Amino acid sequence: MDDSLTLLGFGPEGWGHALLNGGLMTLTVSGCAFAFGLGLGTLLAWARIAGAAPVQRLAQGYGVVMRGIPDLLVIYLFYFGGRQVASAVAKQFGHVGPVEISGFAAGCLAIGLLSGATQAEVLRGAFHAIAPGTLEAARVTGMGRWTMFRRIIAPLALRTALPGLGNQWQSVIKESALVSVTGLVETLRAVTVAANSTELPFLFFLAGGAIYLVITTISGFLFRIAEWRSMRGQPATVGRG
Amino acid sequence: MTITRSDFLKLGLGAAAGLALGAAPRTAAAKEWKLIRVATEGAFPPYNMHAPDGRLIGFEPDLLQELSARMGVKCEMIAQAWDGMIAGLTDGKYDAIMDAVSVTPKREEVIAFSRPYASAGSGFAIMKEGSIKSLPGTGAPRVPFADEAAAKKAIEELAKPLAGKTVAVQVSTIQNDVLNRYFKDVLTIRTYSSGPDTFLDLKSGRVDAVMASQINIQANVKKSNGEMIQSGYLFTGGLLGVGSAVGLRKGDPELKEMFDKALKSAIDDGTLKKLALKWFEMDITPAT
Amino acid sequence: MDFAFIAQVFPKLLAGLPLTLLLAVLSLLGGGLIALGLSGLRASSWIGARVADFYVYIFRGTPLLIQIFLIYYGLAQFPAVRHSVFWPLLREPYVCALLSLMLNDAAYTSEILRGGLRAVPAGAIEAARVAGMTRLTLLRRIILPLAFRQALPAYGAEITSMVKATSLASVVTLMEVTGIARAEVSETYRAIEVFLCAAVIYLVLVTVIARAVDLLEDHLTPYRRPTSARSVA
Repeated sequence: MDDSLTLLGFGPEGWGHALLNGGLMTLTVSGCAFAFGLGLGTLLAWARIAGAAPVQRLAQGYGVVMRGIPDLLVIYLFYFGGRQVASAVAKQFGHVGPVEISGFAAGCLAIGLLSGATQAEVLRGAFHAIAPGTLEAARVTGMGRWTMFRRIIAPLALRTALPGLGNQWQSVIKESALVSVTGLVETLRAVTVAANSTELPFLFFLAGGAIYLVITTISGFLFRIAEWRSMRGQPATVGRG
Repeated sequence: MTITRSDFLKLGLGAAAGLALGAAPRTAAAKEWKLIRVATEGAFPPYNMHAPDGRLIGFEPDLLQELSARMGVKCEMIAQAWDGMIAGLTDGKYDAIMDAVSVTPKREEVIAFSRPYASAGSGFAIMKEGSIKSLPGTGAPRVPFADEAAAKKAIEELAKPLAGKTVAVQVSTIQNDVLNRYFKDVLTIRTYSSGPDTFLDLKSGRVDAVMASQINIQANVKKSNGEMIQSGYLFTGGLLGVGSAVGLRKGDPELKEMFDKALKSAIDDGTLKKLALKWFEMDITPAT
Repeated sequence: MDFAFIAQVFPKLLAGLPLTLLLAVLSLLGGGLIALGLSGLRASSWIGARVADFYVYIFRGTPLLIQIFLIYYGLAQFPAVRHSVFWPLLREPYVCALLSLMLNDAAYTSEILRGGLRAVPAGAIEAARVAGMTRLTLLRRIILPLAFRQALPAYGAEITSMVKATSLASVVTLMEVTGIARAEVSETYRAIEVFLCAAVIYLVLVTVIARAVDLLEDHLTPYRRPTSARSVA
């Protein structure tokens, strides 16, 4: 038992620093991926709500495809094929020469694209939960589209969307473990290296699981606070998320 | 003023491209090498491994330091998974790979190599108390595949105790190729994406033997406190290639020149032999 | 896009489909059984409910990949396990992958069941009891059908989730579709073509399943089908 504590600790023999860095990288990758997914999800939800028919179908098709392919495969595709895709996109903007994608970028991109598809669904549902009367009233008072979005749609939709977004955040954290196949040193890769080096897989995979558990628990707690705060001033009969 | 949907679409694509560009903006056409990024596994002792504090240590990190000094260019070593390392090289994620990569004709179709810096055999590892008691040819001199008669005899002798067993091997390695070519009908081959996983499963008894590089087996045997032993014939040449070298892109001939010159100087003044003795306890300088 | 190459690699990938389906089906069945057990545990006592909650917390709060590694490599580390009566089973990567998938699925399915059971109107249960139904009949004719119908959309999502999760079995040497794809890429270095083929296979599979679940939903909720006289709100 003391052995385990030494190995997990921060001394010279201890892997504590490596695990901590892995945990921080997990948070960083998840954060970037989630933010990217939020932006993408907003665009997709908007496309499906207010877009012309072909745009709607495109957005819908995107969702179907992204939710139908295993996450591992998407990450492989981006890691192995990312350079070709990024170069093609960069060429549109006049950039000359090949473009590189690091493991971090490939992971963020892949998970962000996946998460965006589900977040689009969450946001879309949240938008539809806004009473149509409110939107009508906003239009009637002459609010521009941006003002309406800023003052009416976003706050109201966010309130309904928070539980769904909280779930998505937890999913993104767990998906970040898959980015370990690209060699990026996040939590799972760090514990795998430690497990292989010390030949104590049980200890280190358990430690890895604990790290993820801590992250998801604290996240869940923070999201519940956010949900509670977003329901301020609402009558108690408003449906709970 | 109207912001249209297409503006948002372009913004979105731009953000995506920006993310990709921001990740590592470098034109790969830099002939003037200021920094060479070298990929390794960090899980292939004693060639390369991770220390607890996260540093990369081993024969290859030390060798790279020597070469870097001789070339006068800063070199940076990063750890990557073996699975996809060659693809990452051709993709431009890094500029060279040093992971005991053997020079084989199949690989030479895709990438270029420096001159070899290590030459060792490949063989089998088994558990002393395992399902295979011993393999024929233990301790015999290395069998070159070039000597067809000797190779055939060794393979036939090995096929008998290995018949029906399960052998673990790391995916897309030269040992994997050898098993596929000569032993596919005799035993079950199980491929793993990382080397240490093969040894973990050997220790737990999930597989009966591991086929790997002689040096790598030696390192694991040492770690096992006598429970694991290297057994059976050692092979060299043929599918196993002519030795390990630095993997490079085909479009970087000046980089190959730099590495070759530095390696020659390291071999000539005995530094390579010194490092080999330090990490492998045997001299594996290739005979060129 | 080398179509000749794609045509040659497709059948190789399809060879992994039976294993993918087997893993998915068995893990859903096993996971479903364990989930039923968890539901029973939850209803039995306060401690039982806490245990069930803890199980769900652990399995939903950690990545499936770590669960697989823990069961496959972690358990094999202990001599006690290696010498136990379970070893012939735990030795096989197939069993370990199946076990992790089942345990993981059980956590999500038990939550779906919980949601479904909550949706059964209390009034219906009361009425059934008043009509003299035994507990078993109550379960069989009222609770389970209503709960099942309510839970179907969420469970449909869980089914497709499981099918996608089987791709993780490739990291413990199982040669299902993703495993074969990885091996092919290692041999030929043609990542984009091979992985796109694999993606298409999964996409078709998931779409077929989603359609089947949709049809089942339609069949079970005829009152929700749109009629020509209905005006769109």
